[in-house]
Amino acid sequence: MHKVYHTVDNLAGSVVTLRADGVKYGELAEVTSRTGTSLAQVIKLDGGSVTLQVFAGARGIATDARVRFLGAPMRVPFSDALLGRSFTGAAKPRDKGPELHDNLIDIGTPSVNPAKRIIPTNMVRTNIPMIDVFNSLVESQKLPVFARAGEPYNELLARIALQAEVDIIVLGGMGLKYDDYLYFRDTLDENGALSRTVMFVHTASDPIVECMLVPDIALATAEKFALDGKKVLVLLTDMTSFADAMKEVAITMEQIPSNRGYPGDLYSQLAARYEKAVDFEGAGSITILAVTTMPGDDVTHPVPDNTGYITEGQFYLRNGRIEPFGSLSRLKQQVNKDSREDHRTIMDAMIKLYASFKETQEKQSMGFRMSEWDEKLLKYGERFESEMMDLSVNIPLERALDLGWRILADCFEANEAGIPSKLAEKFWPKETQTQADAAEPQSDVADEAEAPAESKNADTEAKDNE
Amino acid sequence: METKGKIVGVNGNMISVSFEGAVAQNEVGYVCIGDNDNQQRLMCEIVRIRGRVADMQVFEDTRDLQIDDPVDFSGDLLTAELGPGLLKQIYDGLQNPLPQLAEQCGFFLQRGTYLAALDRETLWDFTPKASEGDRLTAGDTLGTVPEGIFEHRIMVPFALKGPHTVKSITAAGSYTVEQEIAVLTDAEGHDVPVTMMQRWPVKLAISCFEERLRPSETMTTGVRAIDTFFPVALGGTYCIPGPFGAGKTVLQQTTSRHADVDIVVLAACGERAGEVVETLREFPEIKDPRTGKSLMDRTIIICNTSSMPVAAREASVYTGVTLASYYRQMGLNVLLLADSTSRWAQALRELSGRLEEIPGEEAFPAYLESLIANFYERAGYVRLRDGSFGSVTIGGTVSPAGGNFDEPVTQATLKVVGAFHGLSRARSDARRYPAIDPLDSWSKYPSVLERERVEKLRVILREGNDVSQMIKVVGEEGTSINDFIIYLKSEMLDAVYLQQNAFNEVDAATPAERQRDMFDVVEKAMLSLYPYSDKAKARKFFQSLTQDFIDWNQIDSDLPEYEQRRDAIFKKIEEAAANA
Repeated sequence: MHKVYHTVDNLAGSVVTLRADGVKYGELAEVTSRTGTSLAQVIKLDGGSVTLQVFAGARGIATDARVRFLGAPMRVPFSDALLGRSFTGAAKPRDKGPELHDNLIDIGTPSVNPAKRIIPTNMVRTNIPMIDVFNSLVESQKLPVFARAGEPYNELLARIALQAEVDIIVLGGMGLKYDDYLYFRDTLDENGALSRTVMFVHTASDPIVECMLVPDIALATAEKFALDGKKVLVLLTDMTSFADAMKEVAITMEQIPSNRGYPGDLYSQLAARYEKAVDFEGAGSITILAVTTMPGDDVTHPVPDNTGYITEGQFYLRNGRIEPFGSLSRLKQQVNKDSREDHRTIMDAMIKLYASFKETQEKQSMGFRMSEWDEKLLKYGERFESEMMDLSVNIPLERALDLGWRILADCFEANEAGIPSKLAEKFWPKETQTQADAAEPQSDVADEAEAPAESKNADTEAKDNE
Repeated sequence: METKGKIVGVNGNMISVSFEGAVAQNEVGYVCIGDNDNQQRLMCEIVRIRGRVADMQVFEDTRDLQIDDPVDFSGDLLTAELGPGLLKQIYDGLQNPLPQLAEQCGFFLQRGTYLAALDRETLWDFTPKASEGDRLTAGDTLGTVPEGIFEHRIMVPFALKGPHTVKSITAAGSYTVEQEIAVLTDAEGHDVPVTMMQRWPVKLAISCFEERLRPSETMTTGVRAIDTFFPVALGGTYCIPGPFGAGKTVLQQTTSRHADVDIVVLAACGERAGEVVETLREFPEIKDPRTGKSLMDRTIIICNTSSMPVAAREASVYTGVTLASYYRQMGLNVLLLADSTSRWAQALRELSGRLEEIPGEEAFPAYLESLIANFYERAGYVRLRDGSFGSVTIGGTVSPAGGNFDEPVTQATLKVVGAFHGLSRARSDARRYPAIDPLDSWSKYPSVLERERVEKLRVILREGNDVSQMIKVVGEEGTSINDFIIYLKSEMLDAVYLQQNAFNEVDAATPAERQRDMFDVVEKAMLSLYPYSDKAKARKFFQSLTQDFIDWNQIDSDLPEYEQRRDAIFKKIEEAAANA
């Protein structure tokens, strides 16, 4: 049934061209040559000529290589036997386990009907205050970590994977250093999470085409688990390698590049992967946490830039801390209204003050005199950085919120922090309040709506007249 | 006579088809794949013809296509179905109803499944308005059907040329969209049967009106920064460029809820599916403050999210504007929100790349500017032939690469819009939402307040910004108290008037009436002179005044507390100005 061809016309990069007929767009072929056998995929049909992308690269392929078309697109095996295993980007075992052949599933499946999606409502708790309090991670969210090469992003990913409450972890590694692959495997193993993990890893030395397959394979597998009712967390690291692989192939194919050599469809290609994050009504969910390294720490580089437009927020990892500026979880509003009534207020107030602190810090570094207000901000900023931002802080959300009030009360008066009076009355730690506003006991203001304005008014005047 | 063709090449979502007979540019065809039991027909559109080979973009995944697969040409351009039943619907870019697709195909979008945009079974209560012997032209009313809260006009098909005489028209009663409701006779005596549904090619503008007028009436959105400072007019156009995370989509969502228009068409074009889902799930629950009915009753959603096929993304903005123009013909004010036009431009770029056209700036095709101009020009405030007025307002977001407004899509858009709401990363980083930059943005439309009064406050914003730059250089101690107070004023104006909490029920949207009221108080605070000599005291005063304002902003204007707080703030300003 499957025809075999023996003449290759053109060879360039990982792309070969030959004359063949009856070939379907997207189907797989097996290319056998002196150096071995590799899979290849049809990426262009033009009259009688067929262009193939060879997964293992075209190195060593001879003009008389044997090409056998398989009649079907790329498929990967799916079963519970995947758990605890690790595979290459072509879905071959990377560990010493057996090769799997059963129950093949398509990869690159169609998009989910938006009408069948539901609004996500479950917070994924990580016990990292910079995430839980300020940018909560939500089930079915797609969120990248933007970082410069060298930041501890893989450590962060591993920690979130271990602490998050999910059923299955799917790791897709692209261009990973072999050490990093071992780090993930060992960390998950030590913490007993390996048995609920599947790893598809392309290391830096593997053929470039396999790198492009990793997200599709990882997400197709995750999708099947999710349809079976599992909560799946997909970790993709590093998506910039994936984009670079696409760039390499596109340039070899002589496509017109759009921006810094990347193909014009970079956005659509990245979106097709990230949009796999979903919460299936009546079944499981897929949450995607990815790493996008920023070449030159430049967020306007095409890869982080396009990613930012696709994903539901991003975490900036800088100097080993999650930066509060720029970091954003677009779905946090879905979950932070029900967590605790002061959650949003603390989140907003602390960030606003931290922004002011940054300005003051700038002024200070230029040698300006610090006003009383500046001193307060400096004190606040220091405590915020050491007690909230540090990644070693490992406390649940509620304790982090209490800590937030504590820090605010230690540094400011209640009406300086930009907090609606009603919440301040309820949550502002009392002992500090009496120190600061000794003139006015706060308790009797609670039920008289118009009182606070007047009392503060009087208060300000009293101080102004001093 | 149907034209047939065969595939001779496949490259991504582009196919080359050799054909016999005649075909037209932008004509729609169908590729047939699979055997007889499981045949799929994939829609595609001609984008270029070279000799006997047509290059076509396929609106679906092209996996499994083969050389020699047959292609049928339909003879039509890409059309939208227009008729009663469009409201409340959720369509993809090709006007397939998504909920019905979900019923048929489950979780995933199955390629090659196309459903009718308008339900063929629903009966509509038709009341004839024209009578036999009337001479009518395209766009004139034949009769009406009630559609939710609107009176939906059944009109003479827009494609008919010249005057037609009504030969017959049915009596009042219930009909489906496919039943004949009238027969018209053209000048040469040919009969044209008319149903309640008509088709219109989406890439052509509908222009069955008397004249186009200058947009002069403010369309309130409930966003103070927009309505007061950078207003939009009914029939106008505006764009919202901004880097990711600056709040474009939240701003669009607030606008879609609170804009003072009859109908809102949301075209989610190449953006996140999650955001559309919020709208899909929440709109039916939210009450429209104007009508007391569900917001969904006045909404149409066109949703071609980023992972759906790219070619259909390009079609989705045109489908959106066609539906909007259709309702304008009924004398309604329609707002089209397109999120985001950059994704549409990128779809054009992908297509252009596959066609191997000579690229323009950043590889966008050279014809990008004229396409963008054409699209925005489909907005407008018009007088219809029966004397009523209707409008299509277009608001498009732009997602410039790297947040840099110098890129081709932003620049092409700025040339053709009447208002520009530039969002800035600096403002969104400081959580100053909506992050509309008050210094860069502009509008050519009338505001809800008098221009001179607004201008005075804009001056304070500008001067305050200058002072804050100066403070960074010379420090607070090097700044005079007068300058410092201007800086404090501008900060307060920003905090209490420009910034709005989209997640607070009251503060999310401020009606025009309340904006005028608030503006009186803010203006008072801004234009009063405060004889402070101590910067710390001045700061304290403005901090506490800001706090009072923010508390006031969150109080329902129907409560007695609203007036009390307003008066208290007024008094506080007066006292401070008098005796500080």
